[in-house]
Amino acid sequence: MPKDHGIGASPKRREDVRFLTGEGNYTDDMNIHGQAYVHFLRSDVAHATITGIDTSAAEAMPGVVRIFTGADFEGVGGLPCGWQVTDKHGEPMQEPAHPVLAQGKVRHVGDPIAAVVADSLEQARDAAEAIEVDLEELPAVVDMKAALEEGATKVHDDLTSNLCYDWGFVEEAKPEVDAAFERAAHVTTLELVNQRMVANPMEPRVAIGDYNRATDEHTLYTTSQNPHVIRLLMGAFVLGIPEHKLRVVAPDVGGGFGTKIFHYAEEAFCTFAAKACNRPVKWTSSRSEAFMSDAHGRDHVTKIELALDADNNFIALRTDTLANMGAYLSTFAPSVPTWLHGTLMAGNYKTPLIHVNVRAVFTNTVPVDAYRGAGRPEATFQLERVIDKAARELGVDPIALRRQNFITEFPYATPVAVEYDTGDYHGTMDALERLMDRDGFAARRAESEARGKLRGLGVNCYIEACGIAPSNLVGQLGARAGLYDAATVRVNATGSISVMVGAHSHGQGHETSFPQVVADMIGIDESQIDIVHGDSSKIPFGMGTYGSRSIAVCGSAMVRATEKIISKAKKIAAHLLEASDADIELKDGQFTVAGTDKSVAWGDVTLAAYVPHNYPLEDIEPGLEETAFYDPANFTYPSGAYACEVEVDPDTGKVTIERFAAADDFGNIINPMIVDGQVHGGIGQGIGQALLENCVYDSDGQLMTGSYMDYAMPRADDVPFYAVDHSSQTPCTHNPLGVKGCGEAGAIGSPPSVINAVVDALQSGGHNVTHIDMPASPARVWAAMNQ
Amino acid sequence: MSQVTMTVNGKTASGTVEGRTLLSQFLRENLNLTGTHVGCDTSQCGACVVHVDGKAVKSCTMLASEADGASVDTIEGQANADGSLNTIQQAFQDHHGLQCGFCTPGMVMSAAALLKDNPKPSEAEIRDYLEGNICRCTGYHNIVKAIMAASGQDVEAIAAE
Amino acid sequence: MYNFDFVKPSSIADAVAALGEEDAQALGGGQTLIPTLKQRLASPTTLVSLSGIPEMKGCCLDGNTLSIGGATIHADVAADGTIPALSDLAANIGDPAVRNRGTIGGSLANNDPSACYPAAALGLGATIVTNAREIAADDYFQGMFTTALDEGEIIVNVKFDKPEAANYQKFEQPASRFALVGVFVAKTADGVRVAVTGASEDGVFRWSAAEDALNGNFSADALNGMAPDADGMISDLHGTSEYRAHLVGVMTRRAVAACG
Repeated sequence: MPKDHGIGASPKRREDVRFLTGEGNYTDDMNIHGQAYVHFLRSDVAHATITGIDTSAAEAMPGVVRIFTGADFEGVGGLPCGWQVTDKHGEPMQEPAHPVLAQGKVRHVGDPIAAVVADSLEQARDAAEAIEVDLEELPAVVDMKAALEEGATKVHDDLTSNLCYDWGFVEEAKPEVDAAFERAAHVTTLELVNQRMVANPMEPRVAIGDYNRATDEHTLYTTSQNPHVIRLLMGAFVLGIPEHKLRVVAPDVGGGFGTKIFHYAEEAFCTFAAKACNRPVKWTSSRSEAFMSDAHGRDHVTKIELALDADNNFIALRTDTLANMGAYLSTFAPSVPTWLHGTLMAGNYKTPLIHVNVRAVFTNTVPVDAYRGAGRPEATFQLERVIDKAARELGVDPIALRRQNFITEFPYATPVAVEYDTGDYHGTMDALERLMDRDGFAARRAESEARGKLRGLGVNCYIEACGIAPSNLVGQLGARAGLYDAATVRVNATGSISVMVGAHSHGQGHETSFPQVVADMIGIDESQIDIVHGDSSKIPFGMGTYGSRSIAVCGSAMVRATEKIISKAKKIAAHLLEASDADIELKDGQFTVAGTDKSVAWGDVTLAAYVPHNYPLEDIEPGLEETAFYDPANFTYPSGAYACEVEVDPDTGKVTIERFAAADDFGNIINPMIVDGQVHGGIGQGIGQALLENCVYDSDGQLMTGSYMDYAMPRADDVPFYAVDHSSQTPCTHNPLGVKGCGEAGAIGSPPSVINAVVDALQSGGHNVTHIDMPASPARVWAAMNQ
Repeated sequence: MSQVTMTVNGKTASGTVEGRTLLSQFLRENLNLTGTHVGCDTSQCGACVVHVDGKAVKSCTMLASEADGASVDTIEGQANADGSLNTIQQAFQDHHGLQCGFCTPGMVMSAAALLKDNPKPSEAEIRDYLEGNICRCTGYHNIVKAIMAASGQDVEAIAAE
Repeated sequence: MYNFDFVKPSSIADAVAALGEEDAQALGGGQTLIPTLKQRLASPTTLVSLSGIPEMKGCCLDGNTLSIGGATIHADVAADGTIPALSDLAANIGDPAVRNRGTIGGSLANNDPSACYPAAALGLGATIVTNAREIAADDYFQGMFTTALDEGEIIVNVKFDKPEAANYQKFEQPASRFALVGVFVAKTADGVRVAVTGASEDGVFRWSAAEDALNGNFSADALNGMAPDADGMISDLHGTSEYRAHLVGVMTRRAVAACG
């Protein structure tokens, strides 16, 4: 019997009503009296020296308020990078300056050269066309291998090369790993590309800067997953605005998927320009602009080798990856191919020896940073592809090969620095095998073949590290921020509650799921509890939402704060009931003296806290409001097993997804409906990566996929219904809710099974295809079949 | 600049527009009906879908002047007279057919147009009809399910949940 | 967008007069033109809407000839059904909202090399009727985005003779959903016509080798192993010229098979 309230129930989402009636409040829906509009003049070439900018004609055009160029930002900091990676020689990564507006050079198509603030957007665009920019074009560095060649054009003159870092992990283990390959009975090698992706939340980015001259207060309204991170980075590192004079508001945000974590030039610009122009300044990205200014994701080229012994046990794993950073270091870019990628290379398997090498490369392309999964999809894809290839080479069942090598005892310390607290990989695989109807596959394949189609089945497992992360650990790894989160539980006099949280909801449904936890702890109705998020002036300093961390980290902070509330409320109740607080029990919103029928209701206790006439003022303060900061002891480790069945049209190469099954272990689940939805959405994006999406530059650094005309977004008819199962639950051992996080799983877990299925289908048709790079577009599949 | 007058959600609305003013701009900026969203500039995402004289159109790809004299329905006019969610809206909430909510107005308006012409669409017909509405959050599973439910079909059997 | 004046005449004569002004441009459904204007790739001083001219709207069957007004939206052609292959083609252009605005005249005047309607017009040997003259489809299409239309000339209607059998097969480009390759096959009293869109650098074209083969034997088997020369086919992110040439063969066979 499903629960109807509290933890484990699936109440309807309360945020839905405003979104379904057009009453949402997204940043672009906001207009501030007197606002001006900014249009950015962006580079249309990938690499050039700016030899002159003449704005005089443009400045004289109607409606122009002011035109800014890089020179206006010389006294201002650049956009900071929040993570420093140390290379295998102990040297810090190369870290170029990232100006708000280009200074001296442009380094990718879309790099902002100038910004026109005008009374209307069209006036700003008109004036931008009248700015004369002299560019001396330079050779563009696009291909990563070419970028690392001796004598390659440098993206940044002041760096020694285009190599950001050469990271080896765990470097000390390399000789032992290499030795294991020498003695291996079988080695499977695979070279693959994890293509560049564009996150494409449906709401393009927006920023509105506002400045109050009387109070010297700045406000930035922005489409962010983490308003406090923006306040810290922009205030402290870019504009030098003290935090008490800087408010960052992220209202309703239309999806993020990582790309709205980062601090962007447009945010700093609007904040800066609002003061400089003494007018609110608004920027709304067009989709075309988004393609050349939102941080991209993925873009790895990898060689992976798996060594097996004669009994098909994995004995060692070795990878060599080139990771594209783009032209500048976006906020968390360096961490993605390293600590969010290398640490996951053990996957679900007890491979004892692992070495990961990653060289991060600057190119004349849009900066690359975290996109849903961030490093973990790249790790999962290469590992699960090479295992599948090994199974084919060895002629063994791919599921059996995986099961044979599963980690079965927990906690488990991997050779790549992390310790999995819990998991049950056979359990999720059992669940998957039930869900996917493996036994029925042969008949389904026969039916497809009767229609002239090829059918393939692909399976994979995944592990991810979520709930990012212990601050002391990430500090050692190079993070320039803490990664705790915070919650303030404010109980009102009549017993209703506002919970101010550092997490930000931009589709995850926190406004619904977070109250389920507090309601369960106190035993009151969820409707008595509201969540406040997204406004740095209202919430405690939290680090925001990414890395599937909201419930695991911020939710834990909320639990801790609620525990403090309950503890204090019990003292008040004890006073009212003339009992010892040790004897007070809280159940269903009633405080009862244990073993008696003496009780007092939640609302009476909260009223007493604010109207403390009969109150132990000598022992405790009035009021009922508590804050907790929670810094996790470890990552959480959701895991799962996914299966995909595809049909391939051999005449055209078109792949269709016929069935998709996902069995996940997320530990305890607060709201199953929302968790299902997160998995569905992740799978949709994973299928998009596997079959459709590809961000492509030509050799001159021109973006070939600059709109939805060429960047293929998954549509409703590209995907099937998904069968999902979360019955395998091994609770996280180190957070109070036992939760692991579910936001990225689908995107991490789905691409390998799709490609494994495509390869299976092609081989079933007699094609000697051992790998196909994503996206497995019709053209690519056809070419592979006809190579 | 010229004057346009249209009936928006049953009420007369007038405004002064330029030749280039898009219907989506007129709704959002002149009428402050910000439920109609703009998610792309190539007429593909469908977040801006409204009904003009009963037909679904992309309001970002129609000039406001073209709608002069027309009857326009937007997401703001979809709820029942008492303010409660209409059948489609309610099905979206019941079946978790939205996450971030940005594509949702267009999805609801497209769903309404579909069900008007085809009161009991199959799964395939729904997926086909939504070709011009992109959602990045849901993987479409619960959107398709919600539209099936809104048309009175039994959705309990859909995949395992 | 650059600004422009908007006029919406109610007669063909007024529209032609309005289009006589310098830098005036006709606006059909705007489904291509408006995105183009948003990118500031065109700067007309006046847009002349053709959506307010009743005589340019609707489908009308006269004897064996279907006449479709130039301002008829795709959805109305889809619903007409007189020539099923043509209605099916219209029913799969863009998406439902696009089909409620986009018009046959707009599509043919623009002659996008990946658009569907040019394949139907050429495949059915349509007659393009303008305010000034009638143009046979074989003379109308003159390369991508190029037609026989003169400046200011508008498509009033398009006449299609009902074929004995016809079918259109589209293989979609995964992102835009335009035709990566679209093939319209029609069996007419004057022989078989095979028109291909999406594939060629010269825009829509007739695949005469396939027509010859099908005139001898109207069956998919007659085309076995056939594909046009890859030279001159479009090669881009979504498919090489070889792939497109191959798809032309596949789609043509499928269209013939579907003609029954």
